[in-house]
Amino acid sequence: MLNQTYETGPKKPGALQKTPTGIVGLDDITGGGLPKGRPTLICGEAGSGKTLFSLEFIVRGATEFNEPGVFMAFEEKAEELATNVASLGFDLEQLKAGKKLRVDYVHIDRSEIEETGEYDLDGLFIRLGYAIDSIGAKRVVLDTIENLFSGLSNQSLLRTELRRLFHWLKEKGVTAIITGEKGEGSLTRQGLEEYVSDCVILLDHRVINQISTRRLRIIKYRGSVHGTNEYPFLIDEEGISVLPVTSLKLNNNVSTERIPSGIVQLDDMMGGKGFFRGSSILVSGTAGTGKTSIAATFANATCQCGEKCIYFAFEESPNQIMRNMLSIGMDVQKHVDDGLLTFYASRPTLNGLEMHLVAIHKQIKKHKPQAVILDPITNLITVGSVSEVKSMLIRLIDFLQEEQITVMFTALTLNNIVNEQTDEGVSSLVDAWLKVSDIEFNGERNRGLYIMKSRGMKHSNQVREFVITNNGLELIDVYLGPDGVLTGSAREAQQMHEETGKVIYNHGLSRKDREIERKRKALEAKIATLQSEFESVEEELNKVYVEEELVKEVAEKTRLEMTKLRGGNDTDNMNDKKSS
Amino acid sequence: MEEVKEDTWELRLYVAGKTVKSVTALKNLRKYCEEHLQGKYQIEIIDLLEQPQLAEGDQIFAIPTLVRKFPEPIRKIIGDLSNEEKVLVGLNIRAVKSAL
Repeated sequence: MLNQTYETGPKKPGALQKTPTGIVGLDDITGGGLPKGRPTLICGEAGSGKTLFSLEFIVRGATEFNEPGVFMAFEEKAEELATNVASLGFDLEQLKAGKKLRVDYVHIDRSEIEETGEYDLDGLFIRLGYAIDSIGAKRVVLDTIENLFSGLSNQSLLRTELRRLFHWLKEKGVTAIITGEKGEGSLTRQGLEEYVSDCVILLDHRVINQISTRRLRIIKYRGSVHGTNEYPFLIDEEGISVLPVTSLKLNNNVSTERIPSGIVQLDDMMGGKGFFRGSSILVSGTAGTGKTSIAATFANATCQCGEKCIYFAFEESPNQIMRNMLSIGMDVQKHVDDGLLTFYASRPTLNGLEMHLVAIHKQIKKHKPQAVILDPITNLITVGSVSEVKSMLIRLIDFLQEEQITVMFTALTLNNIVNEQTDEGVSSLVDAWLKVSDIEFNGERNRGLYIMKSRGMKHSNQVREFVITNNGLELIDVYLGPDGVLTGSAREAQQMHEETGKVIYNHGLSRKDREIERKRKALEAKIATLQSEFESVEEELNKVYVEEELVKEVAEKTRLEMTKLRGGNDTDNMNDKKSS
Repeated sequence: MEEVKEDTWELRLYVAGKTVKSVTALKNLRKYCEEHLQGKYQIEIIDLLEQPQLAEGDQIFAIPTLVRKFPEPIRKIIGDLSNEEKVLVGLNIRAVKSAL
């Protein structure tokens, strides 16, 4: 139901026509503006911004919608009014010269006026009518018509005349704003809401815990659907901006584009690509776990891709962050100089929560970044309750998703209930949640990083050791040994231990090799000895054999010699010997 | 009181058309002037229906309005001037009369 009225489709015939105010955000809440051709009552306490609100309506009408307007002031003189709004960049004189605006100051001073007998306010009607007709005005503001009641004593006559006035304004077909000061127990002191029944907007300026917040609420809007919440609004150098508190739809575009986190290993944990564009990332952890470093690294990575980033710092000043990041080898200053990175630092207590939200909105609208960092959101707790902070963040995330801006929040986790709630509150909203935790072991603290969740992508469920080095952030696989997860020096000790083991093992191996070699050598030596032994035996044997031959030969010779010497037929003997 | 005689009272009556209230006011005004300021007054009647641009100058918002332009300071009386006492006090005529 609600969605439809927020869409700018063709108007249904007979539906209430609306006049856009041009005030940032208000037209969203009212679904197009104030009821066209009817009076609207703006009420609120003194200093709640009624005059400015109505004047902006007139000025925007004249400058943006080409609808001239008449501002009838009962409180401030035209010159005063012009001076008061000059600081907002509204040049009333120029508009007056261009016949776009007419300011009519109605001076009512009881001391100068005597009443006697019957009268009516035709003078006012004529004056207003003349002003309207002279510039063809479509918009009229009466600020604050209740002053008539203090200037004149015939109250019942005034009431009838006012009723007639509003009726007359409707007949004139002008879109009018009537302002009224808030009274005790009623919206306006004089009960103007009785007469203006089409649209009533209440402005409020509240101070809670010494922090002021301006809010706006549409009390009634006849014939139109409208946002019913209290909407914070901001008055700054560009006029009023109203923040639609909650986007009523949940149909944001999504992107499948991935953007790097700035930590290579973290991207690896998420399938090697990083975060989704337009997603929201929560980095939570206890004090000193490096949340800001992660955030700054992300900002750095975004800027290195040539994209814009706004860093909302609620804890540290920009210079402090820049100095600190330089110590881990990250020069964010150059991105600031290049205009890619914008720091917006403010103390949480500077504004109410809603004001922060409006301020963030404005910055984002102005710079149009691709990524936004809020560091840390937990500091906002100081200015609002947990549920308020949560609802603020919901609205912020809504808004950012609509704009396809990636946002990274950091949140401080203490071991108390309040902040755990914050975690819970936000964690259901965010798309990715990185948790940096202290792993206290062996007399030292080390950082471990988990991806608690990461919607729509594969991600590692393993803890990584998160190390801050001189060259940035690194994630190291933790040691998973028989004794469980080891980090820090324990991990290093374990690694060393393992390395020692390896050396010893290697050493062992080579010893065995040498042993074998030695054995082989020994055996080879033995073989050589045996060989030489064999050779000597062989030689011995050969020697005997040769000697025997020699002896035999010598004996034969001797025998032949002997036979010869005996004379005879040494030839026969020879033959005999041979034959035998 | 020679000075007063020399100075003419400038009175301006703002009306919007010939309504009952306007006519009554004018009638009442003429009567009081004749009674108290004979010969030294001047009434200017401005019909805002014809000259609406004049309403702003004299800060007119009620009809009928009687403005005493002279003597200074400017004084205004709104209504049909039916209460003589109030009109005389309002225009400060009483004081003049008693001085006479």
